[in-house]
Amino acid sequence: MAEQATSEVQHTEQMSFVRKYIFSVDHKVIGKQYLFLSLFMALVAGTMAYYVRWQLAWPETAVPGAGWIPEPTAFSGIIPPEFYNALVTMHGTIMVFFVGMPLLLGAFGNYLLPLMVGARDMAFPRLNMMSFWTIFTASLCMIASFFVEGGSAAAGWTGYAPLSADPIYTGVTWGLNLWIIGLALEFTSFLMGGINFLTTTVTMRAPGMTMLRLPLMVWMQITAAVLFMLSVGPLVAGAILLLLDRTVGTGFFLPGKGGDPLLWQHLFWFFGHPEVYVVLLPGIGAVMEILPVFSRKPIFGYRTIIWSTMVAGVLSFLVWAHHMYVSGMDPNLVMPFSITTILISVPFAVIIFAFMATLWGGSIEFKTPMLYAIGTVTTFIIGGVTGIFNGSPPVDIFIHDTYFVVSHFHFTLFPSVFLGGFAALYFWFPKMFGKMMNETLGKIHFWWTMICFNLVFIPMFVLGMGGHMRRIYNPMQYDFLKPMQGINQFITYSAILLLLGQIPFIVNFFWSMFGGKKAGDNPWNANTLEWATTTPVPHENFDTIPTVYHGPYDYSLPNQNEDWQPQHLEKEPAAVA
Amino acid sequence: MFDWFPKNISTFGGDIDYVFKLIFYIVGIGFLLGELAILFFVVQFRRRDGQKAKYISGDKWPQLGWILIPTVLVLFLDLWIDFAGAKAYDAVKGEMPVHDVIVEVSSKQYNWIITYPGPDGVFATADDITKENDLHVPVNKVIKVVLKSQDVIHSFFVPVLRLKQDILPGRTTDVWFEATETGKYEIACAELCGYGHYTMRGFLHIHSEEEYAAWLAQIWPAE
Repeated sequence: MAEQATSEVQHTEQMSFVRKYIFSVDHKVIGKQYLFLSLFMALVAGTMAYYVRWQLAWPETAVPGAGWIPEPTAFSGIIPPEFYNALVTMHGTIMVFFVGMPLLLGAFGNYLLPLMVGARDMAFPRLNMMSFWTIFTASLCMIASFFVEGGSAAAGWTGYAPLSADPIYTGVTWGLNLWIIGLALEFTSFLMGGINFLTTTVTMRAPGMTMLRLPLMVWMQITAAVLFMLSVGPLVAGAILLLLDRTVGTGFFLPGKGGDPLLWQHLFWFFGHPEVYVVLLPGIGAVMEILPVFSRKPIFGYRTIIWSTMVAGVLSFLVWAHHMYVSGMDPNLVMPFSITTILISVPFAVIIFAFMATLWGGSIEFKTPMLYAIGTVTTFIIGGVTGIFNGSPPVDIFIHDTYFVVSHFHFTLFPSVFLGGFAALYFWFPKMFGKMMNETLGKIHFWWTMICFNLVFIPMFVLGMGGHMRRIYNPMQYDFLKPMQGINQFITYSAILLLLGQIPFIVNFFWSMFGGKKAGDNPWNANTLEWATTTPVPHENFDTIPTVYHGPYDYSLPNQNEDWQPQHLEKEPAAVA
Repeated sequence: MFDWFPKNISTFGGDIDYVFKLIFYIVGIGFLLGELAILFFVVQFRRRDGQKAKYISGDKWPQLGWILIPTVLVLFLDLWIDFAGAKAYDAVKGEMPVHDVIVEVSSKQYNWIITYPGPDGVFATADDITKENDLHVPVNKVIKVVLKSQDVIHSFFVPVLRLKQDILPGRTTDVWFEATETGKYEIACAELCGYGHYTMRGFLHIHSEEEYAAWLAQIWPAE
């Protein structure tokens, strides 16, 4: 196996541009492909958020800058209700499946995992290439769905049946079929990726790299991969049944034909809740790498964090019906699910406390990645504690399907995907692209994003308390929502600013890539193996595979000159004692 | 702070609001302490010349106490919230009290079809009367609402009652409420049900006893 990989790599050196940069089997190139795909999709889904927000703040007025959308989808820039539903649906779908997962697992998982475990590539490089081109095809399905007759999926990102199960209810025909096919392809892509992550970590670690010397980012990636693999099966089955209902007239989810709408919800959320952790874990995994480096301290409670993650992972399979308290399922099921749901705060409290304890007594340097890492922790706390409201059944009766829920899950996903994702990008950019990113632009980007993000989503809790339903096209239809319209407008102003705040990032990203200061091999003085190799990383990752002598977080060891201790170097004799 | 809630006019709405406030204060305090601790740590332990970070791996039990003891507190608070929640939930969705008035609300894209059983109190008889989007009930009486859907999932949401219930096509779902104030309030659909979802608005008319009697007499004049 290893021999085969070596000969293949030597062969690749003389390969054409296409085999080297497009149909590449190199995990580093594939990681960057995922990165560009996810950033592009983030731009698409962010634009959708802008249209949605405009419609909510100034209903049925022309959206500035929407003139390019081809008729008949948007007449003169005014968004019609069916297009609004499509925007809401596709914003959610794309952000979760085509931004969150490809950014955190696809880009950083692929790029970092072989480097961090000390391997020359993924265990199955061709499968890895196939996983990227599968999600690429899936993305094309999603984008194409906007241009077919009837528009794209408009049944919510959760695709509740029977609304999604029969085209007569939404008027959407092939748009929703493409949505199902695109999702199924996306799931397939990440199953292939997950197999690679797991196999590589289990079988291809460098000498001395025991499981308990792995960086936590690797632990988070493989836990996410396992959660995904165990949970996605039921939803793939559900997606096929849904497609059959829509195309050949079966009735799995249609009560008129003996089907059951609740079946879809169970299948969807059995996957849906572990999926939240699939997106969350790699995001906080990046935080776990960055906090020690910039506080020059070991992560607090390495093993405790791993155990807590596993407990949270197991619990995540036992909580799915908390999305269904008012769905009409047996009320006796509600309290058990509520207890498991609220208990999930325990392992996450451990992790958050461990982060705080890592900061204590450190020597904290506020570089952009560190700012983003701290930002992730501080905002994720809000996402965590507001989950308790949703998890409590009586409170959920009132706030279910209101903006309280919308705000809650944005406070969990945004810190993980974007704040965690940016932390990771600013941190590993020097290794990925061989250049340093600009600190000033990075800090402007951080404060701008952080402030505007909170200005967008904190007022949404207030809307939710007022009973503001989610997914409604025009809140001005309801008298009880009219007094809150000012808040809706405030949120939209903030959201526009939040989107504009990404300009410094885009400038920084491309400007640094081509004209940035050259990065050394290890600009942050970090311990893990990806920094042990040269920048740019050679084709087989390491000239010689390093031997690992100790864990990844030995910063500021007593009795030592340097405040860091790379994993591949033996400790100085004085420090061993 | 809690002025943002719509006013509450149901007998169980107060219990729901109580649990919300309980959670708000518990997690609010936890949130503030957590954020303040982080703020304090990043200021106190910012990089200074000649000062080295402490080597604390957190892998030993006495060190772990610093994070495990607060976690036990979290567990205790979780259970408190669970028990408070169970009680309030039981009041709304537990055993239904004996109803004084029964009415059927059937949803379809994008209307509420409301059927009153008439003086005989039985559905599917000649004296049934069906109205669109206006639900008339008396104050201070237990109202049983039989929910049905003719097409997709809708959700019967009355903010002032703190009542929300998804309506699944193909089966009936019963809810109840007892209003404590008269007036005209809005009914909303809370589950995305198609392009006209946002227009699916109805009205709940809560009448005093005399008003309700007058309304009944107007609808069924013969009896």
